[in-house]
Amino acid sequence: MAKKDKNFSRRDFLKTSGIATGALIGGGIIGGLIGANTNQQDTASPTSTGTSEESMGAAGGVRGLVFFGNNAEFEILNQATERIFPEDDLGPGAIGLKVAYFIDQQLAGSYGENSKEYMQAPFYEGEPTQGYQSRLKRNEMFRQGIQLMQQEAQSRFNANFVDIEGEQMDEILTAFQEGEIQMRGVDSQFFFRLLRQATLEGVYADPIYGGNANMGGWRMKDFPGHQAAYINEIESEDFVEIEPQSLGMHD
Amino acid sequence: MVTTLDSVDVVTVGVGWTGGIIAAECAKEGLKVVGLERGRERGTEDFSIVHDEYRYAVRYELMQDLSRETITFRNNRRQRALPMRQLGSFLLGEGLGGAGTHWNGQTWRFLPYDLQIKTITDEKYGANKLPAEYTIQDWGITYDELEPYFDRFEKTAGISGEDKNPFWGKRSSAYPTPPMKKTPILQRFETATSNLGLSPFMVPSANLSEAYENPDGQQINACQYCGFCERFGCEYGAKTSPEITVVPAARETGNYEVKFNANVVEVMKEGDRVTGVRYFDTVTFEEFIQPANVVVLTSYVMNNAKLLMVSEIGQQYDPETGQGSLGKNYAYQILPGATGFFDEQMNTFMGAGALGMTVDDFNGDSFEHGDLDFIHGASLSITQTGSRPILANSTPPDTPSWGAEFKRASIENFTRTLNVGGQGASMPHKENFLALNGTYKDIYGVPLLELTYNFTDQDRALHNYITERAGEIMQEMGAKTVVTRNPITDYDIVPYQTTHNTGGTVMGADQATSVVNNFLQHWDAENLFVVGAGNFAHNGGYNPTGTVGALAYRCAEGVIRYSREGGSLV
Repeated sequence: MAKKDKNFSRRDFLKTSGIATGALIGGGIIGGLIGANTNQQDTASPTSTGTSEESMGAAGGVRGLVFFGNNAEFEILNQATERIFPEDDLGPGAIGLKVAYFIDQQLAGSYGENSKEYMQAPFYEGEPTQGYQSRLKRNEMFRQGIQLMQQEAQSRFNANFVDIEGEQMDEILTAFQEGEIQMRGVDSQFFFRLLRQATLEGVYADPIYGGNANMGGWRMKDFPGHQAAYINEIESEDFVEIEPQSLGMHD
Repeated sequence: MVTTLDSVDVVTVGVGWTGGIIAAECAKEGLKVVGLERGRERGTEDFSIVHDEYRYAVRYELMQDLSRETITFRNNRRQRALPMRQLGSFLLGEGLGGAGTHWNGQTWRFLPYDLQIKTITDEKYGANKLPAEYTIQDWGITYDELEPYFDRFEKTAGISGEDKNPFWGKRSSAYPTPPMKKTPILQRFETATSNLGLSPFMVPSANLSEAYENPDGQQINACQYCGFCERFGCEYGAKTSPEITVVPAARETGNYEVKFNANVVEVMKEGDRVTGVRYFDTVTFEEFIQPANVVVLTSYVMNNAKLLMVSEIGQQYDPETGQGSLGKNYAYQILPGATGFFDEQMNTFMGAGALGMTVDDFNGDSFEHGDLDFIHGASLSITQTGSRPILANSTPPDTPSWGAEFKRASIENFTRTLNVGGQGASMPHKENFLALNGTYKDIYGVPLLELTYNFTDQDRALHNYITERAGEIMQEMGAKTVVTRNPITDYDIVPYQTTHNTGGTVMGADQATSVVNNFLQHWDAENLFVVGAGNFAHNGGYNPTGTVGALAYRCAEGVIRYSREGGSLV
């Protein structure tokens, strides 16, 4: 596996994705600010609660890759997931929540290897109502999809995916979403749905899986994670705000 | 090489609710029972880190491993059936407790109307209410005959409920435990439906409102409303399941043994009797024959039908001629409903699987169908099951599905969205059926089951009508935006809908149109019983487990009586 090159394109993607250089936001915001469209208190900017690496259980703040051996591919995934779930005044986006690390780990495991799926031949295309009929494993779809994102960026904008503007990335992702990108062995629409879903999983799954850094995804949604019981609160007329708890905090 | 084991009185295939009930009742009567379970042993102690949406609800920790076995599917006979390669529309269980471990706990009795649907429809609306391609038929048993078994199952499970529904059949006794807590979200539904002149009541729940000891002496604990029921096991032993009730009751007799990692692939038959079952050890792939005086198929709908088909027991249904009963009358459910977006935050993440309120005013034949182009209806409920963030991303119409606008809307509405949903009864149709697939096999070399299914005009009409009613209720509940579900077109196996599959091994009074009689005894082999939701001749407007439990107690009585007297029980 290639050594993760900290310098490669990180500066560039920070520059192009609107994230203030040097301040990857790891923290969430408090629950009361969530009434985005319906209350006027949401003008406060997100408060940083420190970078998340320290609290992620990673050795010395270093995170390794277990599926991707090529850092450039990982950075493309990082950017693509950030477009799907961007940083804004509500709180961190996919990059701040470490979503690509989550996906990397999942692709190396049973999810990526389709070990609980029926993968026996013969393979036929089938009707949309018959679902997934590809012989490709999910990790093969991701690798191919990411390579095609790079190719599209080159052919459309003559630049690396990670160096193009956010709107340009959106244009490419939309082309995937609408099935316009020619993929081998899978429809690009299917791949895009997988990418979108995996992004949301990385945003909101328990931090024990490496995403949802600092439970930032949960904080934005006011979801308290692992709580033993609500028997004493469930009859409350008022909304109950509860500090979230991860299964990893459960000894 | 196949190893033949010592014979037993009764062998069950699968150890969930039905296998557990048969085992407990037969073992108490002194019969030696073996349960063959393809999955592993598990129980309350295995669920201490169950509050994990990703592992359990998204990656399906408790569900069937499809790399070993799945089904094939097509919408109609002109299509090529293809394997369901990943779980979607419904979730097949595996392991001790089966679907009774990962269920939500809503525990209903089907309506008196359901059991005599053909007779009542013909009497009230004439013989041509539905076109002839709808193969509705009576179940060969009345509600009054089945009532004692419903009562028995509810007492075993300790069901929490209230008898306030004017449309129900008569109950011989009250629910064993009081209803669950009526939360502010439920009260909102209660007020709205009452204002509309409807009759709301609390959902009968297997998430118990208080600790309870059942007639077998098994203890079930009180629900903590932690919000992790569906697709999860209960870490409190508070969601009634086979492994905390009937399985230990059976084991305590000393007459019961469960063999794990035992995947049955064939029912052995000689003449008009069955002699036992053949199974694979799923770890070593060694083959065994378990001889038995009585064989009871107690696995899920799909597998019960498949085992009969691969064992060539009974006559396979042919949609061309309408002949044959095995695989006939497969039915699913349809899910009309409405979503409401509200201004205020609510505690949507708290809850329990069967915490809810329902109106039955549009279920069964409780409303007039003379001017409508469908029969039956749906129970309409609000449930507070505990919203979880990965899978709950409701947004108002016209919100993009990703990007900044999606993020804002999905976050805002996580605690501001409620649903009123119907479980729409589905009528059987001559083109909807189960058969064996000729191309694909499971890892034991046995053909996969083939599901041919599509929604019908009856389903679409019912869906439209009930969806409108759901929208009216949501409007009355005060939602700022009400979004009713889109009309249904073709059935799609990809998105999760419901695990309430029924039919394929239907019960009845007539050998020509049913697989088993009303003791769930096979017409063609007196010492073979088949029990489960596969016995339903159509699908009703409720979750199936209460009715499945009742049929299992009925079946247990049949097995015991057969073991003493032999012969046909009807």
